[in-house]
Amino acid sequence: MSIKEETDALKRIPLFAKLDPAKLKLLAFMSQRLTYEPGQAIFSQGDAGDAAYIVLEGEAAVLIDTNSGPTEIARTGKHEIVGEIAILCEVPRTATVRAAGDNSLVCLKIEKDDFMALVNEFPSMGLEIMRELARRIVKTNAQLRNAMAAKSA
Amino acid sequence: MGGSGDIDRNIFRFVIRFSVKETALVCLLVAAAQAFYYVTLDLPKNIMNQGIQGQGIQFPKEVLGWFSVDQIGYLLWLCLLFFLAVLVNGAVKQYINSLKGKLGERLLRRLRYSLVERILRFPIPHFRKVSSGELIPMVTSEVEQIGGFMGDAFVQPLMQAGMLLTIALFLFMQNPVMGLAAISLFPFQAYIVPMLQKRVKALGKERVRAVRKVSERIGETVGGIHEVRANGTASWERADYAERFGTIFRIRFDIYQRKSLVKFINNFLSQCAPLLFYSIGGYLVIQGQLSLGALVAALSAHKDMTAPWKELLDYYQQAQDAQQKYEQVVEQFRPEQMLPEGLHELPADPAPGLGGDIALAGLSVAEDAQTKLLEAVSLTIPHGAKVALVGAAGGGREALAMTLARLYLPSSGTLRVGERDLTRLPDAHLGASMGYVGPGAYHFSTSVRDNLVYGLRQRPVAAPEKRSASRTRWLAEAARAGNLPLDVEDNWIDYSRAGVANAEQFDAVAARVLERVDLAEDVFLFGLRGRVDPRAKPAVAEAILAARAAFRERLSGPQADPALKGLIESFDPTRYNDNATLAENLLFGTPIDPAFEVDVLAEQRDFLAVLQKQGMADELIAMGRKVAETMVELFAGLPAGHEFFDRFSFIAADDLPTFQAIVARTAPDESGKLPAISNEDRARLIGLPLKLVNARHRLGLITPDFKGRVLETRAAIHDAFGKGPAAGKIAFFDPESYNAAAAIQDNILFGRVAYGQAKAQAIVGKAMREVLDTLGLRERVFEVGLDFQVGVGGSRLTPAQRQKLALARALVKRPEILVLNDALAVLDSSTQVKTLDGALAAAGSATVVAALADAALAAKFDRVVVMADGRVAQDGRYDELIGQDGPLKELLAL
Repeated sequence: MSIKEETDALKRIPLFAKLDPAKLKLLAFMSQRLTYEPGQAIFSQGDAGDAAYIVLEGEAAVLIDTNSGPTEIARTGKHEIVGEIAILCEVPRTATVRAAGDNSLVCLKIEKDDFMALVNEFPSMGLEIMRELARRIVKTNAQLRNAMAAKSA
Repeated sequence: MGGSGDIDRNIFRFVIRFSVKETALVCLLVAAAQAFYYVTLDLPKNIMNQGIQGQGIQFPKEVLGWFSVDQIGYLLWLCLLFFLAVLVNGAVKQYINSLKGKLGERLLRRLRYSLVERILRFPIPHFRKVSSGELIPMVTSEVEQIGGFMGDAFVQPLMQAGMLLTIALFLFMQNPVMGLAAISLFPFQAYIVPMLQKRVKALGKERVRAVRKVSERIGETVGGIHEVRANGTASWERADYAERFGTIFRIRFDIYQRKSLVKFINNFLSQCAPLLFYSIGGYLVIQGQLSLGALVAALSAHKDMTAPWKELLDYYQQAQDAQQKYEQVVEQFRPEQMLPEGLHELPADPAPGLGGDIALAGLSVAEDAQTKLLEAVSLTIPHGAKVALVGAAGGGREALAMTLARLYLPSSGTLRVGERDLTRLPDAHLGASMGYVGPGAYHFSTSVRDNLVYGLRQRPVAAPEKRSASRTRWLAEAARAGNLPLDVEDNWIDYSRAGVANAEQFDAVAARVLERVDLAEDVFLFGLRGRVDPRAKPAVAEAILAARAAFRERLSGPQADPALKGLIESFDPTRYNDNATLAENLLFGTPIDPAFEVDVLAEQRDFLAVLQKQGMADELIAMGRKVAETMVELFAGLPAGHEFFDRFSFIAADDLPTFQAIVARTAPDESGKLPAISNEDRARLIGLPLKLVNARHRLGLITPDFKGRVLETRAAIHDAFGKGPAAGKIAFFDPESYNAAAAIQDNILFGRVAYGQAKAQAIVGKAMREVLDTLGLRERVFEVGLDFQVGVGGSRLTPAQRQKLALARALVKRPEILVLNDALAVLDSSTQVKTLDGALAAAGSATVVAALADAALAAKFDRVVVMADGRVAQDGRYDELIGQDGPLKELLAL
């Protein structure tokens, strides 16, 4: 476990991929490396969002509350990010995330306040993130268009 | 107490009033000393005329009718007599001086005491007009200068005038004309000096005022530093100070010049006098009307005369100065409407209690002539009632609460509790039976426990069976200086009023009351963070060790708690602790000597010597270079002062360039050898890795090999500092013994909470508590928490904790009347409700009157009094009043 490994993990996240490596290293240094036992919750639906998590080892289950209890809607694995919307805007958690699988889950916790302070200091970071978000919108729009086309067809 | 009554405005009256006997004694001594002094003046003449010139004497001469001497022998005899006279004269003078010193110091003590005694009786509104910045220098430094003078006030003029008269008498005895010549210039000086002095006096007054204004301004600058910084007005402030210091400069220089003019005139005139002697005296000697011996003696006598004359003039200046300073100090201590002195008198009987109804009739309170805080309030509060005072701020609810606690004295009307007039109740009786908590409660800079028992300290309750002789003398001296002759070292805490017999039983009361006001948990946490001296409290240390063992069982025993798995890394002498700093891993203990604290450890020579011997020094320097490089790389782009430096960096922003330079100049050469490194650079570089926590910082510098070498060095450090002259600087981690330098919780954990384990702190905290509860140790820890030092004014407590502690202090003494004045307004609303409920329950059958900022809380009381414009606007039961249109309904609607 070393900061290099974590910096590499950050680099693989599309949201951060284009950022200056030195800044990523700082982000990794400032972030906490946390270990969760299987079943332990990282955060729960409805909580205030204060951090994003990058999975370094193990698996996390994403669950949402339904009338018939919590339902798993997705799994995240190594080098994937969860809760990233929370560090960009003020919304409550839209899902619960738990450590899943047989092994413990190790992730890097990026605090919203630290992240924002970093963006404030290095506006180029903000620009990169804006670009990445715009790409996501394009992608979502395309998906929406396809879905609409499929429906009307 | 001391019975000084009103303080004299004139320093001489103050001095004579308290030193009649001493002054009379000094007068006698001065008179006696003059006889010997006359001899020292007269003998030189005889030595000249009889001893040296042998005039009118037959040798051998008999002395003392016992043995006869020749001329040389006679000369020596006269010299011996002269020596004896000088000796006696000096001894008497010395004795007078010592008397005078004692007198002066005693008077200074009395004056200081009177001033402080008066501060204690200042009317509360007056404290808004005076700042401690003004009062402190008056009681400390300003009176100091006056004190020196007070010893001299009567003694000095008596002594100097006595000498002067003796010399004058001697001169007249020699020759009246010469006597006249000697004193001829005095009247002139006596006329001109006071004239010049008058202006100096006026300037002196100006100076004191100007300096006082400056101290006030300094107080403002300190108090308002946030505004000064935020508004960027430092230059304006500096200009203001420059102006003020300029004024002081002008005044002081003016004074200096005038004083030196006085000195010049005096010196000039005194030096003119010998002229008269040479001319008139010489004429008389030539004419044969005066012996040469007499002229020489007269000359030397006149020379002696200049000294006392100069002293007298100096004295005159000092007297003017002192009187003026004294006046200006004393004036500040005579505000209108001081608490009558009698109220501070300690009554013989202990507090009789404050049972009975509180009755106010036509009660008015005026802050000054214009502002009335309360107007003709009439109200009866039955004994045991719970009454809420509500209304807009400034409408009178605060003033009424403060008047009930007698912090304000009524300007008219009556205030009674049962048969007793509250305004005349001795302070000690009132304080014993009344509890008051205002907004912004104050705490004294001592422990939580001492602040709790502050309300039980009205009088000494137990004196030692036999007071030591020196202590008795000590107290007698206090009485002589008009100070309160009670021994502050006696036991002043009346535990019986808290319902217990002694200090040991008090902790249980404290626990109960603190629980009521929602502060027990906080004090428990203080205890966990507190330290215990195992020598003073071996039982507590023993118990904590038991808790450590029990906690270890939960961590790794057969019934280990799975929730705790991996959350704690215990201190193991044979393993490197990844969750502790490198410094902790090396020392494997807690520093006792501050030189071993992690921030300065790298400068500790003995420690460095061990590193060197173990061959670790170079390795740590190389590590330090890597850490420095990383820090420079990570933080170089951030502006200085960015919060990240404080939170994350090993190096302060200002030091980054320094470290950059150090890294550059310590680069190893091609063969990998380090260059010669200065001791300073060495210490700075080694200091960096010492702070590394492997689990947290993840810089990848602490390898398994390195850990092995750390363990070897750890053993070497243990050998070097575990015994011999260097022992006692580090409290080593030892699984079997209590670590006095570490907090209780660290002693129980005996390890570090692991970084990176989610919610570890909370889970560990809970487990630790469970262990303490199972072993019944909660109280022990709580007792240590009661020893927590609250800091100056309670600065180490949060505002909410301060208010809660003040409430507990008022409840501990089980008052019959409890007055709360916006006491809980700083708490958040749910805690406010909880604490108020607790306080009301703890108050039991006492009368409770609570001024509330939040009118909704009034629902908890039997009765609500709404105050507006200093009058009672509405009065009745809460549920009745909210039913009708009126002030309460309006307040609640807001």
